[in-house]
Amino acid sequence: MSPFVALILRDIRLAFRAGGGATLAAAFFALVAALVPFGVGSAQLGVLGQIAGGILWVAAALAALLSLDRLFQADYEDGSLDVLALSPLSLEKAAAAKILAHWLTTGMPLVVLSPVLGILLNLPLPDFGALVASLMIGTPALSAVGAIGAALTLSIRRGGLILALIVLPLITPALIFGAGAVNGTGGGAFLFLTAFSLAAVALSPFAAAASARLNLGS
Amino acid sequence: MRITVLANPKRFLDLSRALIPWIAALAFLLLAVGIYWALFQTPPDYQQGQTVKIMFVHVPAAYMGLMIYGVMAGSSLVGLVFRHPLADVAAKSAAPLGAAFTALALLTGSLWGRPMWGTYWQWGDARLVSELILFFIYMGYIALWNAIDEPQRAAKAAAILSLVGAADLPIIHFSVEWWNTLHQGPSIGLTGSTIDPAFLWPLFVMMAGYTMLFAWLWLIRMQTEIFERRARALMLAKGA
Amino acid sequence: MAVVSLVEVQDLACERGGRRVFRNVNFAAATGQALTLEGPNGAGKTSALRMLAGFIPPAAGEIRVHMSAGYVIADDEERGRLIGWMGHHDGIKAQLSVLENARFFAALYGARMDLEGVLDRVGLTRLMELSAQYLSAGQRRRLSLARLILSARPLWLLDEPLSSLDAAGRRLVAELIGEHCDDGGIAIIATHETLGLDATRYFLGTA
Repeated sequence: MSPFVALILRDIRLAFRAGGGATLAAAFFALVAALVPFGVGSAQLGVLGQIAGGILWVAAALAALLSLDRLFQADYEDGSLDVLALSPLSLEKAAAAKILAHWLTTGMPLVVLSPVLGILLNLPLPDFGALVASLMIGTPALSAVGAIGAALTLSIRRGGLILALIVLPLITPALIFGAGAVNGTGGGAFLFLTAFSLAAVALSPFAAAASARLNLGS
Repeated sequence: MRITVLANPKRFLDLSRALIPWIAALAFLLLAVGIYWALFQTPPDYQQGQTVKIMFVHVPAAYMGLMIYGVMAGSSLVGLVFRHPLADVAAKSAAPLGAAFTALALLTGSLWGRPMWGTYWQWGDARLVSELILFFIYMGYIALWNAIDEPQRAAKAAAILSLVGAADLPIIHFSVEWWNTLHQGPSIGLTGSTIDPAFLWPLFVMMAGYTMLFAWLWLIRMQTEIFERRARALMLAKGA
Repeated sequence: MAVVSLVEVQDLACERGGRRVFRNVNFAAATGQALTLEGPNGAGKTSALRMLAGFIPPAAGEIRVHMSAGYVIADDEERGRLIGWMGHHDGIKAQLSVLENARFFAALYGARMDLEGVLDRVGLTRLMELSAQYLSAGQRRRLSLARLILSARPLWLLDEPLSSLDAAGRRLVAELIGEHCDDGGIAIIATHETLGLDATRYFLGTA
């Protein structure tokens, strides 16, 4: 087993054990989606179907943020980050492995759950395929850009809010293209979403590793 | 080049002390000329009347918001690559100024648009929406600086963040523009139409004035930051 | 395991939070040698080790690693690949069992050793299935030692390895370091306790 795969499997295992991870993000996702109709108001429920794609995308972004603050912080606190920095894996590869593991344990559950929530929010039937596809393509970008924020804030005690403040503006394109893809407004939404995701996944390990590295010196 | 915590940028302090009065004077001169010219010497727009004059406050402010981010990112790059001791002071000092100009742009943009749109905000203006996101990015940057205890780590973290933001900003703007093209409505941009040449010169004067204003405030903030670091270092040396 | 012939540190200086921790630090350790870094609290023992690991850039001075193959390594990341690290924190995951932690380390370092043999050596055989969160501090140190063995690295850096360990544990540490040095490795240990080893001692005073 390569070190890269070993790290992915370790993080997946930890996500399921460390009181939260997959189920927590999925539950939060469902809860946010379920609360929106109350916010919209019973008089306006007719628009629900039209904005369902957008709601689900916002909810997905928030749910992905949930588990991000511990992505590097946990390893930093118990000394595992030191070990990873000195291991045969470069810190960049380690970051990539952690991003992949995060997506598998946080992003994918959202993708799987989304059709159910689509029903809840009266998403038009033709849009279901686009919903699942856009989330599947877009959630890696959330994990990737989020990892940069996680690495930057790993030494901050209650860093979750700052993490959100930093990451959310940066993932605006994913939100715009992702929600746009669901609504089927065309005009290349899927194309741009894929491009953004690919760029994010390819480049963020470098930024995340650099950020993690600067926090080692303490 | 090794890290030097107590950088003693005496040359910078001497230079800035000499320059500051001149820059301040130039700033106020340019702004005075610009405002006078804008208010009294330019004709009112046939469509918007006198309210078009807000443009002279709004456009330079928006431009400064972006330019200062560039200065911030540039300083960050210099700091990361060349380890110049003043680089992170420069970046840290510029950020609140950039945020302030962006806020000014948002405020004046809203006031300017009100007569045209009927509301104080219009999502259809891609430039204004991009500025809103830029404002949040500034907030995140400043928050990160304040949240990390150790100044050197904060500087490096903020530097990385500013560079990531710099790479993302064009993409964000593109996505917002794209998002707007999905409307069927007419283009509702504030500054979409070409600007009357009579407006251009006062606009340039205002821009120059704003730039001098920024330079003035920026130098003062940098000086203050350097003095604060000195004071801290002295206290630590005494306490040891 | 690649063989390091000499680790040398020249005119090393450390600054943390604007304060000078130490300066003009010079020491070296050759093949088969154990070196202890000693000094009062705050002298910078941990900082010195973290500098050797490449986590902190020195404020001044140089760290050089001479390989027996003839070349010299001055780059932090390359040096990192030679280091077996046992830091202040254990570097183990509390939610995984002893065996799962060990399996991860083995996969991480590509170790072909007998895992159960290693765990036996550090005295954790009976606790293999136990989740690491239930281990005592001393038992966690032992798991950390297992990681050290599995890494099979020539240059060991240990930060207060005896802390939390009972008499048997301390003997174990001394034995492991002794064996490591006999095999041609180098060990640099930050400690303020006696190791019971034949080691060169370097004192980090306050600047």
